[in-house]
Amino acid sequence: MLSSQLPALQVVIPLVAAPICVFFRNPRIAWLIALIASSLTFMVSIGLFLQVQQLGVISYEMGNWSPPWGIEYRVDNVNAYILLIVSSIGALVTAYAYPSLKREIDTNRHYLFWTSYLLCLTGLLGVTITGDAFNIFVFLEISSLSTYVLIALGKSRLALYAAFRYLILGTIGATFIVIGIGLLYLMTGTLNLYDLASRLGDMDLAQPQLAALAFLTVGISLKLALFPLHLWLPNAYAFAPSVATSFLAATATKVAVYLLLRFAYDVFGKSQIFSELPLGEVLLVLSIVAMFVASTVAIYQDDVKRMFAYSSVAQIGYITLGASFASQTALTASIVHLFNHAITKGAIFLLLGIVAFQIGQPTFTKIKGLGKKMPWTSFGMVLCGLSLIGVPGTAGFISKWYLILAVLERGWWWLAAMILASSLLAILYIWRFVETAYFVTDAEDNTIELGSKIPFSMATVTVLFVLACLFFGFHTEFSVDSASEAARVLLEYTRQ
Amino acid sequence: MDLFDNINYWIAMFQIVMGLFIVIASENLIKTLVGLGIFQSAVYIIYISPAKIFGGTAPIFVSNQEVYANPLPHVLILTAIVVGVATIALGLALVVRIYEAYGTLEEDKIQDIDLGANNDA
Repeated sequence: MLSSQLPALQVVIPLVAAPICVFFRNPRIAWLIALIASSLTFMVSIGLFLQVQQLGVISYEMGNWSPPWGIEYRVDNVNAYILLIVSSIGALVTAYAYPSLKREIDTNRHYLFWTSYLLCLTGLLGVTITGDAFNIFVFLEISSLSTYVLIALGKSRLALYAAFRYLILGTIGATFIVIGIGLLYLMTGTLNLYDLASRLGDMDLAQPQLAALAFLTVGISLKLALFPLHLWLPNAYAFAPSVATSFLAATATKVAVYLLLRFAYDVFGKSQIFSELPLGEVLLVLSIVAMFVASTVAIYQDDVKRMFAYSSVAQIGYITLGASFASQTALTASIVHLFNHAITKGAIFLLLGIVAFQIGQPTFTKIKGLGKKMPWTSFGMVLCGLSLIGVPGTAGFISKWYLILAVLERGWWWLAAMILASSLLAILYIWRFVETAYFVTDAEDNTIELGSKIPFSMATVTVLFVLACLFFGFHTEFSVDSASEAARVLLEYTRQ
Repeated sequence: MDLFDNINYWIAMFQIVMGLFIVIASENLIKTLVGLGIFQSAVYIIYISPAKIFGGTAPIFVSNQEVYANPLPHVLILTAIVVGVATIALGLALVVRIYEAYGTLEEDKIQDIDLGANNDA
């Protein structure tokens, strides 16, 4: 009975929990509500994932209105995997958050943080699970509006300006998406993604459909911070509260990547846009530029959080690179990297949250000698850094390995060389952290004063994330198999 | 006249371009939000225009009526208008906080004030 309602519960639980936080106002109770809600959501997504493995595609009719007239929630191998990633990170970050928030946000504002956090989770899960194009826009705006609030809650006034800039660019992106959806609706008369795909497959791509594709691609690219459209990201990540950064860095851009995959491979799948249109080439070029330019800019940052934010832009480049050629291996690489990068970046920002808990906003001048004062945290950073570079034995290696395999399948040696070269840039900025933390021993500059012991909850969750970075470097059964299954499903849509 | 057949879309296109231009060109945060509002309302016209059929009524079956108009775009746009209002409201709230923190609404001045911390965006 309950198991047939899982798709609705996935979105409804955090949505209902969010206003309850406002009623209580007490920081600890609000946190508890968020923890319970996000853990339940996590369990629901596990249930959905298992159901999809057993029974195949789940179609849920919202309010018993049958699709394509009603809103359909449609769970297949692709979004079951993404739901699992988003909700697991949502739950773990909540478990981590309480002490870190206490240090970074006034306690009388905590309930607002948790309300926005749960709404953001609702939005991200909703975008992923829904099979209705306009529903995607609505959930996207729910998640975006709450993201602006989360960022603006940051301590420094730069957070306000960063949130404002993100609001402007994010709204332009979302409006582009809604224009694209509107044009598709005009031409096909349906909003159901599955129905859209079959109707688009039956018609030629005339100008309105092409315009829709263009609007959607640009709008989604703004949301996923594809290279020239990434300008909102570094400041937003750098000045948001640590908890918000960890959550957003690990989930928000990933959901946008999912949208790109859904529209390019599923909705426009039968129109063969990868062979007929230069979409793949455009993505390819922008991804390569992102890998190099963003990594280079990252090397010159003074703020550690900002450096890793630029690194995120570069890593998104690897994900879109895999998405740019429609082959099984490349898509697998893209989706595995989506997973691996989510846990690696999540771990890094959680570790930086611990550093911020002890010494305030981490800049390179402040973290001199960090290796001695906080040996475990620094060691964790090094491990995650290795995963970011793609050293064997870490999660990052697996995705780069598949990416290079996919490139070599095409026989593009030059591209394989470029992927390796851009990894060298990652070594440079990770090395800058290692050097500052371990090898700068100027006694006068060594001003780190540790506030207190690292709280148990923060330490446990962070260790879990760092271990996951290592675990998924050795045991790839779950991550790679689910991803290649998702890739297979996506490519099937293009063939039907 | 061909031009006037599609006048709604011409207006919408003009609005999109004008709105985006204001967002990009203006230094004042309030003006940026005004541009955003103009840009968003263009979408409403794009959705509503094809849904209006002259002489058409709501799709409720009555004996003397043969032309029906699709009500769905109107409903969608009601949702989009609510989203737009929320966005502008949040934007204005942020502008108030920014003014309290910086004492100015000019983008270049805000960037000048924090030049030390934020020099290469």
